[in-house]
Amino acid sequence: MQMTYSLQFIYLLASMLLLIAFAMLSQRRILSLINLFALQGLVLSLSTFVVAFSTNQQHLYYSAGLTLLLKVLVLPWLLHRLIRKLNVRWDVETLINIPTTMLVGIALVIFAFNLAAPISQLSESITRGLIGIALASVLLSLLMMLTRRKAVPQVVGFLAMENGLFFAATSATHGMPLVVELGIALDVLVATFIFGIFFFQIRETFDSLDISNMEKLKDDNT
Amino acid sequence: MIDLQLLALLLTPLLGGLLLAAFGSRSWAAELNSLMSFCTFVAAVVLTMRVIDSGPQVAFNEQFFIDQFNVFLVALTAFVAFTTSLFSRPYMRIEQHHGKLTTPMLHLYYSMYQMFTLAMLVALTSNNMGIIWVAMEAATLTTVLLVSLYRTPASIEAAWKYFILCGVGIALALFGTILLYFAAERVLGEGGTALLWTHLNEVKGSLEPTVLKLAFVFLLVGYGTKIGLVPLHSWLPDAHAEGPTPVSAVLSGLLLNVALCAVMRSKVLVDGSLGTHFAGNLMMGFGLLSVVVAALFLSRQKDIKRMFAYSSIEHMGLITFAFGMGGPVATFAAMLHMTVHSLTKSAIFFAVGHAVQKAGTQQMENIRGMLQISPTVGWGLMLGTLAILGMPPFGVFASEFLIITTAMHDYPWTTPILLISLGIAFAAIFGKVQPIVFGETTARRLPHQPALVPVFVHLLLVLALGLYMPPYLADWYRQAAALLGG
Repeated sequence: MQMTYSLQFIYLLASMLLLIAFAMLSQRRILSLINLFALQGLVLSLSTFVVAFSTNQQHLYYSAGLTLLLKVLVLPWLLHRLIRKLNVRWDVETLINIPTTMLVGIALVIFAFNLAAPISQLSESITRGLIGIALASVLLSLLMMLTRRKAVPQVVGFLAMENGLFFAATSATHGMPLVVELGIALDVLVATFIFGIFFFQIRETFDSLDISNMEKLKDDNT
Repeated sequence: MIDLQLLALLLTPLLGGLLLAAFGSRSWAAELNSLMSFCTFVAAVVLTMRVIDSGPQVAFNEQFFIDQFNVFLVALTAFVAFTTSLFSRPYMRIEQHHGKLTTPMLHLYYSMYQMFTLAMLVALTSNNMGIIWVAMEAATLTTVLLVSLYRTPASIEAAWKYFILCGVGIALALFGTILLYFAAERVLGEGGTALLWTHLNEVKGSLEPTVLKLAFVFLLVGYGTKIGLVPLHSWLPDAHAEGPTPVSAVLSGLLLNVALCAVMRSKVLVDGSLGTHFAGNLMMGFGLLSVVVAALFLSRQKDIKRMFAYSSIEHMGLITFAFGMGGPVATFAAMLHMTVHSLTKSAIFFAVGHAVQKAGTQQMENIRGMLQISPTVGWGLMLGTLAILGMPPFGVFASEFLIITTAMHDYPWTTPILLISLGIAFAAIFGKVQPIVFGETTARRLPHQPALVPVFVHLLLVLALGLYMPPYLADWYRQAAALLGG
């Protein structure tokens, strides 16, 4: 099948999305992590825009705009503000064993592609190979949340996971109904605010944003 | 007409949330909270009567759908939310008197309580699988700050765990929803109707089985985190133990049911598409594992609220197992068990809440002799415990009996596992509650009169359901079971 230019472009953006997910997995600095997150949002918004253009669907333009607004501007701005206020802007996390994490990440990508293979064959839409990439970036973000010990990177992982899901929605299905997308966007925004409140509560109580301080709740403690 | 009744049901808690956001720090906020919850309950009763009379119907451009199955959960949710608001009125005042809560915290609590009710009601009545997801996430968001209400290190840790784990879980459920939409889009075409459950239900036979299979796995794991199925349960005991007791009561009694309702909606679609027992087997597996693991963990607990949280995991596992078995009797029993578990467990949390306030600790070894200082708290706790452990003549006995006899008939190998688990749970819980109720007291007096009427109202209802099931109620449950393909 001859690939159209727009399709090639979407595939390029999809691979960039996956690459950014790997970059986030190995990034130690909180500031760069947030910038990577903003970049991922930009790629996402661009790919939504291209899908909208090539399939000529009106509501996808809205979701592309919404993504640009929320994930490239509002959320990174909120996160930047938070880390400035919390004074963790220049924090560097000591990550153990980046090579192993990367290897696990590669295994996850293979797993995701395998899982999505039967579904990709069914899709008639122009972007059918992309659901595997979307699932892979969701799983990579999940891995990132598991390996981080600080609150802010965990939250960035959470938001990146939502990016992967959004990519699945636009690539595999040409976008969910607009009312659902608006609802999801609202939930993500509120969640980010609540995360912000939590950062302050955690720091006030534990004197740091290190999650490993809070491992008191076990079944056989006291 | 149905539009109007539904609007009343959903607008009342919304209005309550807004009013309490404005006036939540006034001295009469607790009364306003109860009043709004009462109005919601009345609206739910009106809606229920209507649906029982004239069958399932859609409202608001098909965005909402009400049938016998979800309307029974709507009625239950509104009722328990109302009684919990009655309980929380003196309870929260006592907490404030003990210096554990401040007025701004109560302000947050009251407005979020109403918003939480709203999120649950939307999740129950929505016809759009996407909106169900949005409402489930909203239910997490409204309760997460309530779990950390006391601002103790333990409560903040519990809330963080709850937020992150349920956030991840619900994200997986979103992926499942996207896959569902992907399958539906090929049959129903693009646009708004492809996520509407009623439309999906009509074409479920032609939905692509491979996609739906994968979608259901994601949906079950995702919403299963919310239900508290093992091995995704680890947030649940922490959140129940560290949050304020009224929040534990509504989380345990209501939110878990709502998540299970979302799973059941998906199961109906998957069963129709696959024509096999795949979804049911998966649910039975998760359910059985939850029952066994929770029963084993029960005896190790030292914190009283934590112990009853594990008991919730056990019962949700049992309900999931029963829904998984399918068939009219098991589905009927599962719904009955949902009802009696909600009523009993919230009653237990009410009694436990006051017992903890009197003793000043949640550690069970330091709570002694409740019967001496307050016979009502003592008896409430004792009878509630007996009810939840499945002693006849309470309703839990009836539903557990039905579940186990069906299991014996359809899946004989599961019967010994279930019976042994229930036996272990009985020994663990009864052995620990007995000295709390009887024995020498160490408790103190409370500054406000505790509200124990809800405890006994709930227990009385559970007792009544165990002794006599009115024919119209049995009929209602049977119709709901039929809708679920039982």
